Amino acid sequence: MCTLEKRGDLFLLTLTGDDEHRFHPDTIASVLSLLEQAKSQSTRGSVLITTAHGKFFSNGFDLAWAQAAGSQTGAVNRMHQMVESFKPVIAALFDLPMPTIAALNGHAAASGLMFALSHDYVFMRNDRGVLYMSEVDLGLPLPDYFAAMFAAKIGTGIARRELLLSGKKIKGEEAVALGIVDSAAHDSVEGVVEATVSLGESLAAKKWNGEVYASIRKSLYPGLCAMLSLTAKIAASP
Amino acid sequence: MCTLEKRGQLFLLKLTGDGEHRLNPTLLDSITSAITQIRSDPSSSQSVLITTSDGKFFSNGYDLALAESNPSLRPVMDSKLRSLVADLISLPMPTIAAVTGHASAAGFVLAMSHDYVLMRRDRGFLYMSELDIELVIPPWFAAMIRMKIGSPAARRDVMLTAEKVTAERGLEIGIVDFSCGSAAETVEGAVKLGEELVRRGVDGHVYGGMREALLKQVLHTIGSNESVSSRMRNSGSKLCQCWSGWLTICDFTNKSLSFARGFGGIGGILWYQLDMNAFDEDLDVYDDESD
Repeated sequence: MCTLEKRGDLFLLTLTGDDEHRFHPDTIASVLSLLEQAKSQSTRGSVLITTAHGKFFSNGFDLAWAQAAGSQTGAVNRMHQMVESFKPVIAALFDLPMPTIAALNGHAAASGLMFALSHDYVFMRNDRGVLYMSEVDLGLPLPDYFAAMFAAKIGTGIARRELLLSGKKIKGEEAVALGIVDSAAHDSVEGVVEATVSLGESLAAKKWNGEVYASIRKSLYPGLCAMLSLTAKIAASP
Repeated sequence: MCTLEKRGQLFLLKLTGDGEHRLNPTLLDSITSAITQIRSDPSSSQSVLITTSDGKFFSNGYDLALAESNPSLRPVMDSKLRSLVADLISLPMPTIAAVTGHASAAGFVLAMSHDYVLMRRDRGFLYMSELDIELVIPPWFAAMIRMKIGSPAARRDVMLTAEKVTAERGLEIGIVDFSCGSAAETVEGAVKLGEELVRRGVDGHVYGGMREALLKQVLHTIGSNESVSSRMRNSGSKLCQCWSGWLTICDFTNKSLSFARGFGGIGGILWYQLDMNAFDEDLDVYDDESD
């Protein structure tokens, strides 16, 4: 399902297997547990890189599991359960006392894209993989913290419209142009991962204090963090 | 400490001497006093403020050494700078920072508190140094950065990588308006821009009111406290001196009154622990322009 590996200063979180890495209560719990592990083992200079195997980074919530409830009410309840239990995963990423980098091996859709955007840096491939907010096509309402993520991380009205309202499948080059991702310079999985490792190592070399880093990160996104019930450690400088 | 010069309709505020112009209580009081003087000038609403400095630094931030030796001065410096920035935000005239040297942390915020930033391109950088020196960034600093830098990635670079922003990079991320060849050329450029703004003949009171409206979210985060501001009025602070000075020079049209109300609301000095949970979510979530 997912693994956490340590390579020097770098924590590598991988969603394993060739499936769509859909977020389902079990996968959500696993990812949350691994993030907590990374947090507890963090030191100065730690960095997290998140990636996945196969064609998908993550294709969002497990809608099939929701439908398997057998009734309309059951399905809605299961959807609600996933939306609510996913929030702590996002919160954990915003709270993580180290820089975070998402290395997109493939498609990131809906909550899978939220997962990616919760990282400080997002790299994707040039040749494969799209970003896709499927909600508008599926007729699913957007959770409040998803909307807040967009407001926080995506700077222009045009980019937000393209991603949220147009149902567009956005490729690497356009994602960079719209300011949604930091880089889409590589034509292979190995290329993306190598680039993120390189960035990770340069960030690790700064040996920043992780608690201070997390605090500054949270002060970058106060609206979203308030929604995630995250309080930054606040004392005035000096 | 700082000098104030008037050149035609331009006010030139200069942080003097070859030091780092650290924002300790004395320098902050000195700058605030100069702003008060500017406000009480009868022609202030047709003027322009240019802020610059001598030497290698615009300002290297708060006086951290002083805070180390006397921790009770930390909140004092913070509240004085909040008050000064609120003062600059409501100032009834365009403001220009001629950044002729390094501006770090609180010094960077001071530069950003001006409407226009001109910067030399041969040396010097803008630098949110906090991450590198293990200090958290106050929410109101972050609010200013969110207001002045449009791209989330650039905000992240400035705050979360402690990027040393040169004039060229500053132009790219929209935090610098013009880059100039040298320190002297930067001041010259600011003077030229100032003269152009004077020529446009805007009503300073309307201008100041509009700037406050634009920076409403920053002011909200800087905070105001009515009981503190009334205490300040009673103690005859510089802030309330400029409040009454301003009242004597304006006529009581509707415009002036709503401006006065706005200024009064910000008139307080406040230092308080900010609980993120108490943030007005609507203000942050739905205000697309500044998030």
